Amino acid sequence: MRLRKIIAGLAFGFSFITANAASAVEIEYWQYVFDTRVKAMDQLIQKFQAANPDIKVKHTTFPYAEYQTKVASAITAGQGPDVVQLFYGWLDGFVSGKLIQPLPKDAFAQDKIEAEFFPIIAAMKRNGEYYGLPTAVRSLALFYNKKLFQTAGLDPNKPPQTIEEFIAAAEKVAKHDSSGNMLSEGFAMDMAGQDHQWWREVLIRQNGGVPYTDNDRKVVYNSEAGLKALQFYVDLQKKLKVGQVGFMDEAQAAFKGGLAAMTIDGTFRLGAFSSIKAFEWGVTELPAMNGVRSNYASYFANAITSKVTGEKLEAAKKFLAYVSSPEAMDIWMKVVGELPARRSAALTSANLADPIYGPFLKGLEYAHTTLFVDEAAQRQTAIDMVNRVLIQNQDPKEALAEAAKAEQAIIDRAAK
Amino acid sequence: MTTALSARYGLIRGNLSLRQKRVLWAWSFLAVPIAFYSIIRFWPTLEAFTLSFTDWNLLRPASFVGFDNYIRLANDPLFWQVFRNSAVYLLIGTPVSLVLSFVIAYYLDRVNFMHGFIRALYFLPFLTTAAAMAWVWRWFYQPLPIGVLNGVLTWLGLSQQPFLRSTVQALPAILAPAIWAGLGFQVIIFMAGLRAIPLSYYEAARIDGLSELAILRKITIPLLKPTIVFLVVFSSIGFLRIFDQVYNMTFNDPGGPLNTTKPIVLMIYQTAFKSMEMGYAAAQTVVLFLVLLVVSLIQLRLLKDH
Repeated sequence: MRLRKIIAGLAFGFSFITANAASAVEIEYWQYVFDTRVKAMDQLIQKFQAANPDIKVKHTTFPYAEYQTKVASAITAGQGPDVVQLFYGWLDGFVSGKLIQPLPKDAFAQDKIEAEFFPIIAAMKRNGEYYGLPTAVRSLALFYNKKLFQTAGLDPNKPPQTIEEFIAAAEKVAKHDSSGNMLSEGFAMDMAGQDHQWWREVLIRQNGGVPYTDNDRKVVYNSEAGLKALQFYVDLQKKLKVGQVGFMDEAQAAFKGGLAAMTIDGTFRLGAFSSIKAFEWGVTELPAMNGVRSNYASYFANAITSKVTGEKLEAAKKFLAYVSSPEAMDIWMKVVGELPARRSAALTSANLADPIYGPFLKGLEYAHTTLFVDEAAQRQTAIDMVNRVLIQNQDPKEALAEAAKAEQAIIDRAAK
Repeated sequence: MTTALSARYGLIRGNLSLRQKRVLWAWSFLAVPIAFYSIIRFWPTLEAFTLSFTDWNLLRPASFVGFDNYIRLANDPLFWQVFRNSAVYLLIGTPVSLVLSFVIAYYLDRVNFMHGFIRALYFLPFLTTAAAMAWVWRWFYQPLPIGVLNGVLTWLGLSQQPFLRSTVQALPAILAPAIWAGLGFQVIIFMAGLRAIPLSYYEAARIDGLSELAILRKITIPLLKPTIVFLVVFSSIGFLRIFDQVYNMTFNDPGGPLNTTKPIVLMIYQTAFKSMEMGYAAAQTVVLFLVLLVVSLIQLRLLKDH
């Protein structure tokens, strides 16, 4: 008897709570922890809730290392986020695992997406459906140390624009001691950093090749262009001696420490480099080679998870539309420092004239995205390829063939 | 009614002997850790065995694939390289750390001057977080101009060494701080073992005119056998499970260069949490478990008193 009363009381209590909540739909948003990203999203949520008082957004974050695992296990268990942030490279896994649903066409018309976003949005499309929209994108650029340029007799306001100028500048700045030990790099080499993207999507294309075909499911860089690109890269250390893989542990540390005149890195590094006090630095577009410019762009997109239906779906649609609106992109750029994903928000004259954002934005026009199936493993094949040449003196041609074979195996296994 | 009840009561209350009561108490206290271990440790362990026969990738429901994961493992050259690496960590790490810690304990035992302070110095690295220590050592090994070790080498007029950037030197370079970190613990255990040997044995041996070396061989080492068995098994498991030092010292190219420093645990970690191949990772875990089991059993067998 008493038990029954307790149950009834509890049921009443629950119905009371849920009834209260029903007046405002609550949706949950997940992203990984990164100070400025969390701050920017909090601002966006605040503005969104002010404009939509009937929707409440709960913001949950996890450390990056466990983010993907948490998302996958939560959604498969029927819990977790309604709107979720995912790296573009995870899309295949998320789609085949049925973790997210295609964007409803009534709210997100395909022709509008294609007209308004940068072409790299194509990486969000599978089987004729878009699965997510980014707020911001990141591209690569060449960072250079103005102080080192000046000391070496180079014009600190005229960074290299072509690969010939890049080599000349690197040779002029690089310093060695009497026994040939590197003291200061002309260019900070780091395959584990962004150099593997530079090699894959920039150098290979500049040498007249393509890294992959069939939606990046077939590795084709085991070609003359691929070999030329690899040879160019390893020669920076072997022949020209303007850089050394492992110098100062990693490229960004070498640049930050003022011991590397140039490094290739992404918009995400702007925050770390902004704390540099010892010297002034600048940014320029990745150098052109054979008259060709190319770049690598990547992004995190927001998507609606598969379990969302009914009024939650309506709320999620509104929220997703807001976080990929020009207004949200503007806030995101100011807080996080990442580039707007819409042309209209990105390519304003003010942005293009910005000495820092300008070169990154120009890069977006001709940028490529690699549709990784397993980014860490595919990056590893490129790291190993260069290590085999630099440490084990393997013939670049063999190293390249081995890398292509290993990467194809990774892609094939993931496709199964 | 009342008599029946009290009789029943008595059965529970009074008819237990003191011994039975004690056993009951002991089990009720043990129940908590046993339940905890079964749910948190043993159940997931058993689960790993089942998982190793599936192709679970976290995103799709798992389906049974038989021995596929094990066949793939046997044909994976990376697995054999990783297996070799782990064996090298074990075969160099265990004897070197044991000999070093025994020598230190043996002499430290005879030192009275600042004994506690020196012992604390040896124990200190054991208290330090492996990750923090690995990062410091990683900077020691850097090339010029920031690497301390290479700075010393060039100051002595020797040429720079690549250390972590070499396929040959990287593994010993990572093993060194791992040995150093475990030394303090082993020294303490050895010293406890040494102190437990009755002084009267030594006195008798000295009266009989035995040399120090003979005392060491005939008395100290045989009587230390239980300590040695414990430390061999303990440190072998430690070196077979090495992870923190490797992962943190080769952070940008985990287990590199060219997989020459990658231990099994790091391969499992990457397979599971980078490539999301949970089934394949579980198969690797099962193999590691079997290796640990076999190694421990062999050691216990060999080192046991006959």
